[in-house]
Amino acid sequence: MDALTLHRIHFAFTITYHYLFPQLTMGLALLIVVLKTMALRTQDERYNDSARFWARIFAVNFLLGVVTGIPMEFQFGTNWSEFSRRTGGVIGQPLAMEGVFSFFLESSFLGLFLFGEKRLSRFAHWGAAVLVFVGSWISGFFIIVTDAWMQHPVAYRLLPNGVYEVTSFWGLMMNPWAWLQYAHNMCGAVVTASFVMSSVGALYILQKRDSGFGRIFLRVGVIAGVLSCVAQIFPTGDLHGKYMAKNQPIAIAGMEGLFHSEKGAPIVLMGQPDIEGQKIDNPIAVNKVLSFLIYGTTAAEVNGLDAYPKDQWPSTLPLLFYSYHIMAGLGTYFAALMSIAGFLLWRGKLYTARWVLWPILLSFPLPYIANTAGWMTAEIGRQPWLVYGLIRTSEGYSKHVGAGTSLFSLLGFLGMYTVLSILWVMLVYNIIEKGPHSTTELAAGQTLTNA
Amino acid sequence: MAALWFWIVAVMLAAYVVLDGFDLGVGILFPFVARTEDERQQAIRAIGPVWDGNEVWLLAAGGTLFFAFPLLYASSFSGFYMPLMIVLWLLILRGLAIELRSHFADPLWRSFFDGLLFFASTLLAIFFGAALANVVRGVPIGPDNYFYLPLWTNWRTGPNPGILDWYTVIGGVMALLALSLHGALYLVLKTEGDLQLRARAAAGRLWPFVAIATVLAIPATVLARPDSLHNYHDHPVAFLSPIGVAISLVSVVIALRKRSELGAFVSSCVYLIAMLCGAAAGLYPVLLPSTNPAMPSITIASAISGAYTLRVGLVWWAIGTMLAIMYFCIVYWLFRGKVSQHADTYGH
Repeated sequence: MDALTLHRIHFAFTITYHYLFPQLTMGLALLIVVLKTMALRTQDERYNDSARFWARIFAVNFLLGVVTGIPMEFQFGTNWSEFSRRTGGVIGQPLAMEGVFSFFLESSFLGLFLFGEKRLSRFAHWGAAVLVFVGSWISGFFIIVTDAWMQHPVAYRLLPNGVYEVTSFWGLMMNPWAWLQYAHNMCGAVVTASFVMSSVGALYILQKRDSGFGRIFLRVGVIAGVLSCVAQIFPTGDLHGKYMAKNQPIAIAGMEGLFHSEKGAPIVLMGQPDIEGQKIDNPIAVNKVLSFLIYGTTAAEVNGLDAYPKDQWPSTLPLLFYSYHIMAGLGTYFAALMSIAGFLLWRGKLYTARWVLWPILLSFPLPYIANTAGWMTAEIGRQPWLVYGLIRTSEGYSKHVGAGTSLFSLLGFLGMYTVLSILWVMLVYNIIEKGPHSTTELAAGQTLTNA
Repeated sequence: MAALWFWIVAVMLAAYVVLDGFDLGVGILFPFVARTEDERQQAIRAIGPVWDGNEVWLLAAGGTLFFAFPLLYASSFSGFYMPLMIVLWLLILRGLAIELRSHFADPLWRSFFDGLLFFASTLLAIFFGAALANVVRGVPIGPDNYFYLPLWTNWRTGPNPGILDWYTVIGGVMALLALSLHGALYLVLKTEGDLQLRARAAAGRLWPFVAIATVLAIPATVLARPDSLHNYHDHPVAFLSPIGVAISLVSVVIALRKRSELGAFVSSCVYLIAMLCGAAAGLYPVLLPSTNPAMPSITIASAISGAYTLRVGLVWWAIGTMLAIMYFCIVYWLFRGKVSQHADTYGH
């Protein structure tokens, strides 16, 4: 493999693995605030026990998010140095702001939230939970601002030495792409957290243990799940897609597998892209829906890939097509499952409906897949550009870091992260196995994941 | 404005060294000073609630370097590729070791993570020292402003250095000793009982080695990069750093004798800051010296971001850092006092 490919896989692997943790912690931070708020309002101690239980799962995932996140901040320089040199004046800004505004806040108040319950008033402890939530959501925002600038560069100018500079701070922060993507992404994080919480709830009920807590987890998880799954499709997904169609029409054509421009373009629900023949094999398609989704009218013409020069087509088209369809397909399934569960919850039948509890229990990995596939859609759709329309991916990597070196460190991360995965399973299993009741037990060592 | 950002990054790095330095020092020392499981827990509890926040200074400094001096960030991070990857892996292992040792009560499980914490902390201290020495000595910068350093070449400084040579090894050992002392003084300040007594004894034994290494480091630096003396020539005010180093090093010992725990720890903080200031004063306005006489060094002027970026950055940086300092005050205030031998609450 050539150096460019290896540097791309290096970044893709480390960022994909890293994001398995923040997508849960960002969503869970919100749900913990919900539980703490319920505890304040109802004075029901079970909500506090629940919050403590989820804080322990939060802490383990937060730790893995932190240790896998540190390499990300450095990899721009190590593996993508030319990109960093040219764009550091722009994207270095949100990245540095993430450190200053979010990481300090999160790390400080997480400790306070985890250890401080006995020392703080009920309200102050609720406040610490809110600050952890705010910190993690600020962090997500600055990362999305960074990515959004690469997807849709705004408020910049090119200096004579080939370096980009910001022309307007607020222009950078108010990039419409960033806000649409942020809404869609944070919704996705809440979907992950809702599924994980509902899944543990379903587990406890099916196991006939801790069913009081199981009901709380299911209720909070399913309500948050219904809201986030619906909002994930409409309005956030819909608006983001329409904005993308306007600004990255090639990516949309690639995602949908639309090789030829058409009036009343169909939407392909499934199929296999055939690049040679420029068609979709074995398609299941619904006529005119794509035109309607993008332009609101079934007659509108949608540009296909043939409308653009081939050197601007997304470089790994089948992967783009599949990841988009996996994301969209799973998103539809989530909305359906959560709607059914929500309906049964409203009718008071959810806790005994084993035919729904089982799918809820088994579905917790799927939001991780959907979130990953969504990010793959965004980032593969951006190709062959590193910064859309400005810098090609082939120009951005570290020319002095050879293919072998990159492969070596990639293998190192693969090995290291395999160990992390095993530890994660052990720790999370241990917490779920002990259950929410053990919260009164004093931890031996006082560290973040051991409160 | 450009010079201001040089000092901002320097201050953030100094904050990282002083704060995470004591976590690393505790990680290096605790197998030697904490003999029982209770004492080991006590040592871990002394850094447990703060290590993550301390490490954030490294991330924040990295981000600030990225946006204020993109060229330096790009060139040095790709040039020091392999050691940086190792540092990243060590940081991962260190975080895991601190957090995971207490999850299971099995003595083997705990011994494993204790060993891991010692291993990762020791190597991190050596790597950070060697990294700083690399920056002081300089690297073979190419015509495109990039370079790539092998782990070692002929162990000599000069036009074709490696990441490890005699000078950077001294830097690594220097950092290992200085951070061990720093960690020992932190344990003296934050713990009580036998652990504290042994930490105090360790500090007393480490001090002479730190003093010798400090005295050696000065001629070594002049040999490795004679230009280091220029600024000291032109701006005698720079001599405040070596004077600060000397005073703080002596006051560590005096404070230890007088049983002033806070005094000794603060002196050690001042010592680390003065050492870093001395290095920064020797470099300024160079950021990364070139060992190749035909190629210019990377300087503040060649690496700095645009004026607007820096102006805006100053506003949010000032606000953000003020907030960060406020959070640190809250956390350290709540965590004030001694970590007892059988603590189960946050702080005392």
